Amino acid sequence: MIYQGKKKIWADYQKEIPDDHWFYVRSCIRQNFFPGSEFMFLEICKNVLGKDFFETEHHTTCGGIAYHCDTIPQETVMTIVARQFALMTEAGYENYVASCITSFGNYLEILQTWEEFPELETKIRELLWKSCRREFKKPKYIAHASDLIFKYRNEIAEKARFRLVNRKTGEPLKVVEHIGCHYAKMFPSKGVGGAEYPYVLCGMIESWGGNVIDYPERRHCCGYGFRQYHVKANRGYSLSNTYKKFESMEPYHPDMIITNCPGCPYFLDRWQYVISEMEGKTYGENGYGIPVFTYEEVAGLVLGYDPWDLGLQLHQVAVEPLLDKIGIEYSPEEKYKGLDKKDILRPELPGILKCC
Amino acid sequence: MVENIVIVGGGIAGMEAARQLLKLGYSPILIEKSGTLGGHVAKWNCLFPDLTPARDIVDSLVSDMSGVNVFLNTEIASINRLRGSYNIMLTNGISVITRIILFTTGFSLFDASKKEEYGYGVYNQVITNGDLEQWFNNGNDPRVDDNVRSAVGFVHCVGSRDEKARNPQCSKVCCITAVKQAIEMKQKFPDIAVYCFYMDLRMFGKKYEDFYISAQKDYGVRFIRGRVSEVAENIEGKVIVKAEDTLAGKPVKVTLDLLVLMAGMVCNPDCSKIANMVSAPLDSDGFFKSRDNVANVISSSKDGIFYAGACTGPKTVPETLAEARSAALEIHNYISAI
Amino acid sequence: MMDFGFRISPSSAVNMDDVDFELFERLCEIEPDARKCMACGSCSATCPASAFSGMSLRKVLHCLQRGKEKEAVRMLRNCMLCGKCTMVCPRGINTRHLILSICKIYKED
Repeated sequence: MIYQGKKKIWADYQKEIPDDHWFYVRSCIRQNFFPGSEFMFLEICKNVLGKDFFETEHHTTCGGIAYHCDTIPQETVMTIVARQFALMTEAGYENYVASCITSFGNYLEILQTWEEFPELETKIRELLWKSCRREFKKPKYIAHASDLIFKYRNEIAEKARFRLVNRKTGEPLKVVEHIGCHYAKMFPSKGVGGAEYPYVLCGMIESWGGNVIDYPERRHCCGYGFRQYHVKANRGYSLSNTYKKFESMEPYHPDMIITNCPGCPYFLDRWQYVISEMEGKTYGENGYGIPVFTYEEVAGLVLGYDPWDLGLQLHQVAVEPLLDKIGIEYSPEEKYKGLDKKDILRPELPGILKCC
Repeated sequence: MVENIVIVGGGIAGMEAARQLLKLGYSPILIEKSGTLGGHVAKWNCLFPDLTPARDIVDSLVSDMSGVNVFLNTEIASINRLRGSYNIMLTNGISVITRIILFTTGFSLFDASKKEEYGYGVYNQVITNGDLEQWFNNGNDPRVDDNVRSAVGFVHCVGSRDEKARNPQCSKVCCITAVKQAIEMKQKFPDIAVYCFYMDLRMFGKKYEDFYISAQKDYGVRFIRGRVSEVAENIEGKVIVKAEDTLAGKPVKVTLDLLVLMAGMVCNPDCSKIANMVSAPLDSDGFFKSRDNVANVISSSKDGIFYAGACTGPKTVPETLAEARSAALEIHNYISAI
Repeated sequence: MMDFGFRISPSSAVNMDDVDFELFERLCEIEPDARKCMACGSCSATCPASAFSGMSLRKVLHCLQRGKEKEAVRMLRNCMLCGKCTMVCPRGINTRHLILSICKIYKED
């Protein structure tokens, strides 16, 4: 591996990301899968770094899941997105940041489609006006939330209490980064670092002290693939893609995986349980799995937030071995207590995959 | 005769034309931007299909350059039209007035790092056809020396037949060069497996097909029809190459010690610069536009401007030499008719 | 093992690293022309068994070089040794001799 060669490619894919004043839209599924992530994003941007991030309770899904599952027509998803843009326009913002990779890809795809088929944009403006009497301006900048954490990565590193370093050995942690397919594969110029060697998560890992692992199936899809998961007859394909990735990263013994997509951390996390039950195989140390995180969770961890406040108890793969490695203190008793300190019940432990 | 003839480019086309013009009694001026004559061929080791040493071709041409005014490390600063002549200002401060300019500016090797998915410049085990020829010449490239143990691959059409890379043209020589280099690698490392990933094998020239059959039959080179789509490095420091085996309609992958990218011929960036100076037209592929692509490849539509070799499109060495001779004769006829 | 109602799907990808060329090399020792096939498909186009049984000498040679010997032998069972493929092969491969050699080397127990 020639690191300079990657740097050269990264330099070709510099993306302009305004520093402040963003209209933030959430993901449909992340709040359930990884409930601390979006909270952490706003916490870091607004409270830690003092930036202006606006969000409104009136925004909806972007329609991306339904679109990629082929259950709604393109005009419908475009009108939904047009309404989101209208909310941004009404709130007086020009910079639009999406929490979800699929939304991010969806917005870029729609703007590009309007560029190529202007009559479609006119039609969608009409549909939006007829359906909810709204008008919109197109965003000046569209970013994915990971672009911003990438932009703020060094500020976060300066304020960090922990680094992605094994406290006992002093060695940097071996970190796998996984980028959602819709981040840059559709429009490589819209992703930090491009599509073949994306830099967006590598940059965070480097700033926060870890070592990036480049394994053969790094560019491969996490397996979710919408129709590959949601249609049960295809679900084996979803699992097989994830399995392929784990088999490929296994020899590197990664300490952790960081992702920037709603689906990827979920499937990389949960399929480890399914693989263990089907194949009797686990990929972490001593029968554990490889913990999978969102980049906001990792940012929260290095900044010293309580792991349970970050929602890490909702992961399938136990995070405690990694917390121990970094030296992050946590209370095992508090793991299944909610924010109000009420018991949120313990999950059943799996048979093969070791969990805490 | 006092007729000035300026030849731009000191590769084999420029030298061959200069040599012929000398024989016809002219004293041509040869301008070369680098410090040596011979161009791309001087960097090559052996030439297909007979494995002729490239050095022999270049040396024989260079040895005939003694009656030619050769300006090395010299480029054209500007060209002005003066009635029937061109006033050429050179970067060495000399200016020449001539009625005839022969462009032999050649081609550029495609920058293989532009095909990001192949990892040239990112993975140590990925080199180009040009790098491999240099290794044949000097035997000193850790990417080859330290890596080759059991399997080597060649990717055809890197930056050729590639609209996304803005080079839709076929570079013509890469198929046969890959076959040649595959055979040479088999000769040097008889026990390794050698793979060629191709879309078509364009074996158009004399003895090319024989060469291909020999690669198959005598050397056991494994030809896989399918374009490589992705290259990655594994933990042992080898590269994993993914393609589709289109003859089977199945994905195929293989682990290799070394991957050689057959970088194609693209137009020399100097083409457009020089074309602007004399208002000569460029063709849609960026190379110089001939007066006619069938009957008159070596003439331009501009009076007194001639071409030879790969500056009008990808050419083989014999084609280039033939064009250079033909350009010399055409220039002679042109002068005789003035 | 738990039944989830779906499974890890086998991959159709051919991994050349796993292909054992030993038998093919032995074949090439007695049939050097086995390597000369350029996959033009003439043999399969005129084969009287091809349209009904899937027999294709082109595919047989391909399979032998992709670790799919069983598939190759299965296809060859439909060959009637009529010789039409020898007539049309532009590389002049003695296909009849080749087929018999394949049968000899890859014979099933």
